[in-house]
Amino acid sequence: MASLAAELALPLRSFELELTLEVGGTVALVGPSGAGKTSVLRAIAGLVRPRTGRVALDDDVWFDSARRIARRPEERRVGLLFQDYALFPHLDVRRNVEYAGRGRADPYLERFRIAHLAGAWPAELSGGERQRVALARALARDPAVLLLDEPLSALDAHTKAGVRSELQQLLRELALPTILVTHDFQDAAALADEVGVLVDGRLRQLASPQQLVARPSDAFVASFTGANLLRGVARPVADDVTHVLLDTGETVYSADTAEGAVGVVVYPWDVSVARAHHEDSAMNAIHGEIGALVELGNRIRVSIGPITAEVTTSSARRLELSRGGPGIATFKATATRLVPLG
Amino acid sequence: MRRALGTIAIFGAACVALGFLLLPIVAIFVHTEPGNLLSQLSNPAVVDALVVSLRASAIAQLVVVAFGTPTAYLLATRRFPGHALVITLVELPLVLPPAVAGLGLLVAFGRNGLLGSTLEVFGVSIPFTQTAVVLAVVFVASPLYLRQAIAAFESVDPNLVAASRTLGAGSTRTFFRVILPLARGGLAAGFALALARGLGEFGATIMFAGSLQGVTQTLPLAIYAEFDRNFDATLAMGALLVVISAALLLTLKLTTIWQASRRSSRSPSGLLSWS
Repeated sequence: MASLAAELALPLRSFELELTLEVGGTVALVGPSGAGKTSVLRAIAGLVRPRTGRVALDDDVWFDSARRIARRPEERRVGLLFQDYALFPHLDVRRNVEYAGRGRADPYLERFRIAHLAGAWPAELSGGERQRVALARALARDPAVLLLDEPLSALDAHTKAGVRSELQQLLRELALPTILVTHDFQDAAALADEVGVLVDGRLRQLASPQQLVARPSDAFVASFTGANLLRGVARPVADDVTHVLLDTGETVYSADTAEGAVGVVVYPWDVSVARAHHEDSAMNAIHGEIGALVELGNRIRVSIGPITAEVTTSSARRLELSRGGPGIATFKATATRLVPLG
Repeated sequence: MRRALGTIAIFGAACVALGFLLLPIVAIFVHTEPGNLLSQLSNPAVVDALVVSLRASAIAQLVVVAFGTPTAYLLATRRFPGHALVITLVELPLVLPPAVAGLGLLVAFGRNGLLGSTLEVFGVSIPFTQTAVVLAVVFVASPLYLRQAIAAFESVDPNLVAASRTLGAGSTRTFFRVILPLARGGLAAGFALALARGLGEFGATIMFAGSLQGVTQTLPLAIYAEFDRNFDATLAMGALLVVISAALLLTLKLTTIWQASRRSSRSPSGLLSWS
């Protein structure tokens, strides 16, 4: 797979965006709104010119302030999916796709199952249909890099789950360097190999979703990720019980239904900490060594092996939790959610 | 009872107002027999004036569109120091008394004018020619087109322009395939307004171009010239201008409605469907 390298310094309204990214697979940029996430995509696409920096796809240099290279957007092979999809309102679906494909629309219309909408106008489409048209159009341009700006934010919760798994599959098939902007850590975890947390124009941390949860570089990243993510393989055992064999060899049960590679999502405040565990208990239990103890107001964030729990300061004292000692994290099957992973 | 009186008063006021606006227009058509009006349309003075008006308007609007469109696009998409001042200057001819506009054109392009004296050296004399009529129309009518065109270009979603570029279209292709089609309604409205204003031009033209039949005498100037010579011809020309103006206004309204319905949806049940 090709590799996109971006090094940017771009003054924004109240701060300067400064970051270095090396994108092989899919990188998700997450962060609060106004952090400069969209500006990163626009700079790479050539829609805004950074003050200084360099953007290159392998040996193909798109922008280099030192060498005075600044290719125009149409000369960079990017597929940019806009947050509102930016479909041309005066062109029907077919002509929207043809616009990028120079007359070749059919393969893309079929691939995204929108051939029956070829004659429809963008204003007549649902959110999910619009997203598919926008993706078809972006791919008809035959991009070497994919830039997705909040691809799921314009969809309602009902549509979102289905579109997310479709997008996941698409990204895997395309195998293009992809940057995905989102404010939803769940989406980032499901779609990206690496997640970069962007705050006030700076990359606070760039790591795998699991690492971000397990070892946040600072309190902001910790609070932003929010959830624990445990990788494993799911197998339904009853109507409302799913057995998940974690990559670490342990077993958890979930009330969510899924099959195959999944991430078990559990929030720290749903995890209790114990020193001993009764094997006949219905609770999930993860044994591990107690890692960092981070104080957050009147609570303490405790990491036990791959999982993070949040307990009150008094119960942490009662349990005599100490770094390096053994601990057991317990949580209910109903407190877990299963996110399909690629 | 009091409420009924109030209602009657409101309806009365509306009738007076509408009647006042409509009466002069109706009067033009009923003052003499319709046959008389029609036969006057072949009067040489009327024919000459119509030809001068149409020719001058056609050339003037061509100039307005050719120079006004890029200017409006520039003013709509670029921000520079003094931008607001330039916009105000563009709009100035709109509020300027036409006689002042004519005076200005005369001292600019006249024999001893700012630019006119230079043109004179090359044997070019503009005042009291058809070129002068065209210049007068361009001067008073172009701000209407510019204002509408700037607003039309400003209303094009910048993300659509950006999308076009990332899809591989250069700036020229983007302009003709995305920006222009989306701004078309606003440009057409500006064109119709400028055309109507140009056809009715009187003050600046009479000062700068004079009123020579068959050369610089446009329909409004001919109405004034024929006023005490052939009143029926005057009425015929008046009726002609009413019809042209009404047609322009109607086109403008229909374009606006069509545009609005197209944006929400273009299905056959366009005006009813929801998006």
